[in-house]
Amino acid sequence: MSQDAAIEANGLDLTFETGDGAIQALRDVTLEIGKGEFVSFIGPSGCGKTTFLRVVAGLEKPTGGEVRVNGTSPDEARRDRAYGYVFQEAGLYPWRTIAGNVRLPLEIMGYSRSEMADRVNRVLELVELSGFENKHPWQLSGGMQQRASIARALAFDADILLMDEPFGALDEIVRDHLNEQLLGLWEHTGKTIGFVTHSIPEAVYLSTRIVVMSPRPGRITDVIDNPLPRKRPLDIRDTPEFLEVAQRVRKGLRAGQSYED
Amino acid sequence: MNRILPVLAVLAAILALWYAAVVPMNAGWTVAQADRAGQELTLSDIVADTMNQDRPRLPAPHQVAAELKKTVLDTRVTSKRSLVFHGWITLQSTLWGFALGTAVGIGMAVSIVYSRTANMSLMPWAIISQTIPIVAIAPMIIVVLATLGVEGRTVPKAIISAYLCFFPVLVSMVKGLRSPGPMQIDLMKTYSASAGQTFWKLRLPASVPYLFTSLKVGIAAALVGTIVGELPTGAIQGLGARILIGDQFGNPLMIWSALIAAACLAAALVSIVAALQSLALLRMGYAR
Repeated sequence: MSQDAAIEANGLDLTFETGDGAIQALRDVTLEIGKGEFVSFIGPSGCGKTTFLRVVAGLEKPTGGEVRVNGTSPDEARRDRAYGYVFQEAGLYPWRTIAGNVRLPLEIMGYSRSEMADRVNRVLELVELSGFENKHPWQLSGGMQQRASIARALAFDADILLMDEPFGALDEIVRDHLNEQLLGLWEHTGKTIGFVTHSIPEAVYLSTRIVVMSPRPGRITDVIDNPLPRKRPLDIRDTPEFLEVAQRVRKGLRAGQSYED
Repeated sequence: MNRILPVLAVLAAILALWYAAVVPMNAGWTVAQADRAGQELTLSDIVADTMNQDRPRLPAPHQVAAELKKTVLDTRVTSKRSLVFHGWITLQSTLWGFALGTAVGIGMAVSIVYSRTANMSLMPWAIISQTIPIVAIAPMIIVVLATLGVEGRTVPKAIISAYLCFFPVLVSMVKGLRSPGPMQIDLMKTYSASAGQTFWKLRLPASVPYLFTSLKVGIAAALVGTIVGELPTGAIQGLGARILIGDQFGNPLMIWSALIAAACLAAALVSIVAALQSLALLRMGYAR
């Protein structure tokens, strides 16, 4: 295992016991994500992409194999504040202002008052929400709410950002804009990002590597290195290089599908 | 105006029905009296008399209003004949019972949400407790407390009142404390938040809207509990005692004015809680 790995998974198995019998959510998942990489996970529902992210975060315990985050167990990594987690819904607390929501993890982690104020200002600026500190979530659009939830995940300076379909519920125009912003943010923070998505263009546009997964049992069927340059304007999506990568992803998804149908 | 108009319309309908009922309810006595005196009465005589009897079966609204004016405005509030005095007695027990019931309801809800054992053992008993008629256990509470050396009526009445009041608070708070979804709970886990932090920063604030809704039901229940607590316990003070004494001495005006006073008190209490609710939710940023 390499020294530079942010996330390493080795022969990961996870079986859920349900009333209808056992469901294998993950089978023999082996993957290494280097520091500073942007890795997308794509695949149909039930392929285990979200489950994998949750295992990395320590929200699920694997039934076999091993996962290391920054060289430690997921639980230790969580205590070391190694990662911020962004869920599909923004999940902001309606009784807190935007600043109050971003402050939430800082309060729990026991930062000082002045440190909290500094950090809240800095991350809100990062997601272009300065000036909305005292607004309540319902006063913001869905896209702005999701940006606030990203700011919340960034507030305590974790090296790793785990994002579970963060833009899945947004319309395409907002989504494009947020994709562009996320790339910019990744570029100048140098964070490691694990990103779950349903969208092929989103995966190809954002990532350095794309992990294609397939259901029943959830497993990795293909890992595609993305040859696109790091600087990516939105219209890169119309270039032949982009379309070629997208086609490889689509092929990988189809190969996984034919397994069962 | 748009909100007041329907209320006034219903009020007018109730008054009309009430007046309409007064005539047949009281006519028997009027006719009997006239028979005894050998008088012939016209219909309008009968109607006029049914509205102004001293001890009517059903007093007319204006008689109740006059009685209310007499016992609320024209009597010193320290007098035992003043409804303000009796209302104050009832209000005190109601507020103590409300505070106690709310505290017990919240406390039980917290233990039920956090402990499987409490969920399985407490909840069924809480439900069963509400199926027992309060009139049946009120005297027992008085006797037990008297044995323990508790003087006066305020404490037993407050306990009877809390007995009715805790239940809606309990049910709502269990729902409110459980209202944060799995995502919200997972989010707190990713911060390695302690159970206490999850409670104070997530579960408790999330339950506030549920709490206020139940407090509106709870305070009305507390008032009913207090009045019921005043009925079978030999109390001579309080709105419930007035209703009982009015019944025993055949004074329907006393019953009806105490009844109306209790209704006004309930409306005022519920309105105050509703105002506090709007204020709290506004400050928490819920309102739009």
